[in-house]
Amino acid sequence: MEDLVIIGSGPAGISAALYAVRGNVNPLVLTSGAGALEKAEKIENYYGNKDFLTGQELHENGMEQARRLGVRFQKTQVLGVHEEETFVVDTNEGGIPARAVILATGARRRAPKIRGLKELEGRGVSYCAVCDAFFYRGKDVAVLGSGDFALHEADELTHLAGSVTIMTNGEPLAFTRECPYPVEERKIVALEGSERIEQVRFDDQNTSSIDGVFVAIGTAGSSEIARQLGVQITDRGEIVVDDKMQTNIPGIFAAGDCTGGLLQISKAVYEGTVAGIQAGYYIRQSRSSSGAESV
Amino acid sequence: MAKILTNSNFQSEVLNAAGPVLVDFWATWCGPCKRQAPIVEALADKGYTVGKVDVDQEPGLAQQFQIMSIPTLVVFKDGKEVERLIGLHSEEQIKAVLDQA
Repeated sequence: MEDLVIIGSGPAGISAALYAVRGNVNPLVLTSGAGALEKAEKIENYYGNKDFLTGQELHENGMEQARRLGVRFQKTQVLGVHEEETFVVDTNEGGIPARAVILATGARRRAPKIRGLKELEGRGVSYCAVCDAFFYRGKDVAVLGSGDFALHEADELTHLAGSVTIMTNGEPLAFTRECPYPVEERKIVALEGSERIEQVRFDDQNTSSIDGVFVAIGTAGSSEIARQLGVQITDRGEIVVDDKMQTNIPGIFAAGDCTGGLLQISKAVYEGTVAGIQAGYYIRQSRSSSGAESV
Repeated sequence: MAKILTNSNFQSEVLNAAGPVLVDFWATWCGPCKRQAPIVEALADKGYTVGKVDVDQEPGLAQQFQIMSIPTLVVFKDGKEVERLIGLHSEEQIKAVLDQA
């Protein structure tokens, strides 16, 4: 079992790792790229960045810095987190048990512009297959998405639902393994229904009746993970944390853009620092109460 | 204490009740519901009228109120639904809805 899994390798995730490792905790950082930093060209206003390094360069420096301190990295896609006796981080390569988890996944992506998506939330539109599959027994459902996260959500639905179709909304397919579900690639213009969802309308104006749509676009972000676990989020999907970066679930921390507020490196570094330190306290306490030896 | 609601007592405990009633639709296998439970109990302890429906035990009630996601919290007043909160909500969020009902 890992002591600490940090999801995200941006300024928040790396800062958390730097402080955790110096607190005698051996963190594992799960990374799937540079995130928001990738888009930042010359960063003029970050402290110490006198050569105006780009976001990509800062990201690489952060990872190299962490590696030098012995932080381990794993390049993988996180599909979710659930609780058994410990937390288990679900990835493409299997589940990773962990005493504590820091969510440093970055900002919530904007929902696609599909008419009816927001209005029908909770009435046939869901963001959490594991939470809601039960209500779609024998029904025809669609998973909106085009990557491994969509496949993961479809897998949660397939035992109960009557049928599961992946709808990519015109996005290119990004599965890294074979997709056993029928795929509908037409762009979607609207989800329609009165009391609950009844049909999907495509851009060719044809419709397809449907009983439920599960939104699983891109990779599992912090708000998707939060929903599966029961971590409290705001209406905007930001993770709610206290001043110790602790969420409502003991042992689950969050830092950086995923907690909302100022979407800047300096804030992410601060929050990652606090999360790394606090996770360290939590883990040492958890080790001593379970009688385990420290690493 | 939150009341356990069933098909037989729903009418008397919720629809015929005086004042707003918070109903928590939940299931034993739902992670977020376990996080919602103590929040709902805290509201019961503070004097709000609170009931819980286990959707596995009472599928009829879940279907009657078109529950499609859990946890779903429904506020009833004078026998009618006045507000529905889908997903985990904090004590403050629920209290705000109950106080305005």
